[in-house]
Amino acid sequence: MELILSLAIGVLVGSGVWLILRPRSFQVIVGLCLLSYGVNLFIFGMGRLVSGAAPIMPKGGFVDPAAYADPVPQALVLTAIVISFATTALFLVVIMASRGLTGTDHVNGRERGQ
Amino acid sequence: MNGGPAHLIVLPILIPMITGAMMLLYDERQRRTKLGFGLASCLVQLVVACLLLTGAEGTKAGGGNAIGLYLLGDWPSPYGIVLVLDRLSAMMLVITGILALPALLYSGAGWHQRGQRFHALFQFLLMGLNGAFLTGDLFNLFVFFEVMLAASYALLLHGSGRERVGAGVHYIAVNLTASLLFLLGAAIIYGVTGTLNMADLATRIPHLSAEDRPLVHAAGAVLGMVFLVKAGMWPLSLWLPRTYMAASAPAAAVFALLTKVGVYVILRLGLLVFGAGAGASAGFGADVLIWGGMATVVFGMTGALAAQALGRMAANLTLVSSGTMLTIAGFALGQGDAVMLGAGLFYMLGSTAALAALFLLAEPMSREQGAAAVLALSAELYGVDLSEDEPEPPDTGVVLPGSLTIVGFCFAACALMLAGLPPLAGFLGKFAMLAGAISGVGDAALSPARWTFVALLIVSGLAAMIALVRIGMQSFWASEEDLPAVPVLELLPIVALVVAGGIVLTIEAEGVMRYMQRTADALLQPQIYIHGVVTAPPVAEGNGG
Repeated sequence: MELILSLAIGVLVGSGVWLILRPRSFQVIVGLCLLSYGVNLFIFGMGRLVSGAAPIMPKGGFVDPAAYADPVPQALVLTAIVISFATTALFLVVIMASRGLTGTDHVNGRERGQ
Repeated sequence: MNGGPAHLIVLPILIPMITGAMMLLYDERQRRTKLGFGLASCLVQLVVACLLLTGAEGTKAGGGNAIGLYLLGDWPSPYGIVLVLDRLSAMMLVITGILALPALLYSGAGWHQRGQRFHALFQFLLMGLNGAFLTGDLFNLFVFFEVMLAASYALLLHGSGRERVGAGVHYIAVNLTASLLFLLGAAIIYGVTGTLNMADLATRIPHLSAEDRPLVHAAGAVLGMVFLVKAGMWPLSLWLPRTYMAASAPAAAVFALLTKVGVYVILRLGLLVFGAGAGASAGFGADVLIWGGMATVVFGMTGALAAQALGRMAANLTLVSSGTMLTIAGFALGQGDAVMLGAGLFYMLGSTAALAALFLLAEPMSREQGAAAVLALSAELYGVDLSEDEPEPPDTGVVLPGSLTIVGFCFAACALMLAGLPPLAGFLGKFAMLAGAISGVGDAALSPARWTFVALLIVSGLAAMIALVRIGMQSFWASEEDLPAVPVLELLPIVALVVAGGIVLTIEAEGVMRYMQRTADALLQPQIYIHGVVTAPPVAEGNGG
């Protein structure tokens, strides 16, 4: 499982980095989305991988923490997803405004050599 | 802890949040009312910040370093989310208040009409700033960073137009990437140390095992990148000049503070986690800060000398100011230099106020010939008709006779502050930094880094003076027609900033400098902060807090 998760994160982040270095705004925004998926998986993995364990412990008495998943990274991922979703949406609006004002989808607002 | 004073700490976050949220309920026809509420909110924030500042000074018996702790949700300290108030964060809150009030007042002269929801966004920006200064938790810092950034994206676009949207695309892309790096760094820190509380983290760093330490260093480097992007360290600062000069004047004035958020976090987190008590990790990254900061000063200085317009020049001078602070943070981190750090904090206070005033001055000083020149340039570049980009004529409010003389005096005061010439406080700050750099600590005094820094401080002052005098002569003496008169609503905030950052700071220099020096001493003794945060008991069991 560790290998699959690391490969998935690696592929997502690698593609994301390549895409945000591209000149078209659509590529940049897809790249940012892929990067944020990779980062979210990474945060999730930082809580150690356990399968089939609940993140919420029952109330009262001693419970064995090893039988439960770490809830903190899951809470962090939730926050990170919401925030990156919102900021990406905002970026999309700005990019569309830029497309409308300049007539091109190049990130510099004008085509190369123009 | 009893009632009011304990809850004072959370007010700098709650006040702008509630004010901003309420403003969202009303549409743009209520703009004047919103301006009034916004100003009232900023005023209350400034008062609260000043109260917190006096509280953070603590008592003589406690060594003058009181750590205020606010447990959100009343979970015990290392587990729950905490707000922490110490001398540095109280000082940053006061700077925020001092800058926000004039910037908002300035927007009342016309800028707040040129787009939607200016006042609500302004309050949310303040909420993010205040929250970032107060939080004692790494992930909460990320959240407040995002609040601040989301508001700053929209404020940058305020007024719209091709130049702003173009700068906005770059600014948002850079900052979204930086935010993802922030998450990566925070996640590694959590994965290795098992905590996100900054004070708790600092207690665990010395006891890391040998194989975990490189991981924490990697996380520290990733996080450092994020804050250096914010602080504008070269070569992570290439986005900054274009963004700051494209922003509307009141937005640019508060943006002058955004770079200082990066500096603040570097100081707070760097000195806490990689400070003297960090065992094998002590002083991690200090050389990067020292040399990177100096490269930033050179970059900003060159940019300021090359700039043709005051907006671009002010943006480059922002880089000079933040590069100087980064170098000083590096010396503090690597060599434990408290004298220079105190002087640097004093310099930061004055230079940030002067920069904000300069961003506000850029508009009245270049109103006619500047706008025409920009229009001609963009017409040439893009080959389009100019009808939609044409700036609206300024609101001619009440105009005082001799307003241009006042503008001239304010500009001269800003130039003196930024160049560090007597008689204003900029000179005192620079002089104290030079004295600290030359005297140094022990045998570190003769290191080449220090001499380079001394030379750069003097040369960057000279460069700022040359650049600003050139612009001043062009605008006030060599222009063919007189500049249009400046309405009172624009003049008042500029004068207020110059009086606060220049004159009051100069008169009160002794007290302020003493405060900064104590702050620097406290920053270099992280155990005070750690003790204040980790060992605090929950507020109340049983009586509901």
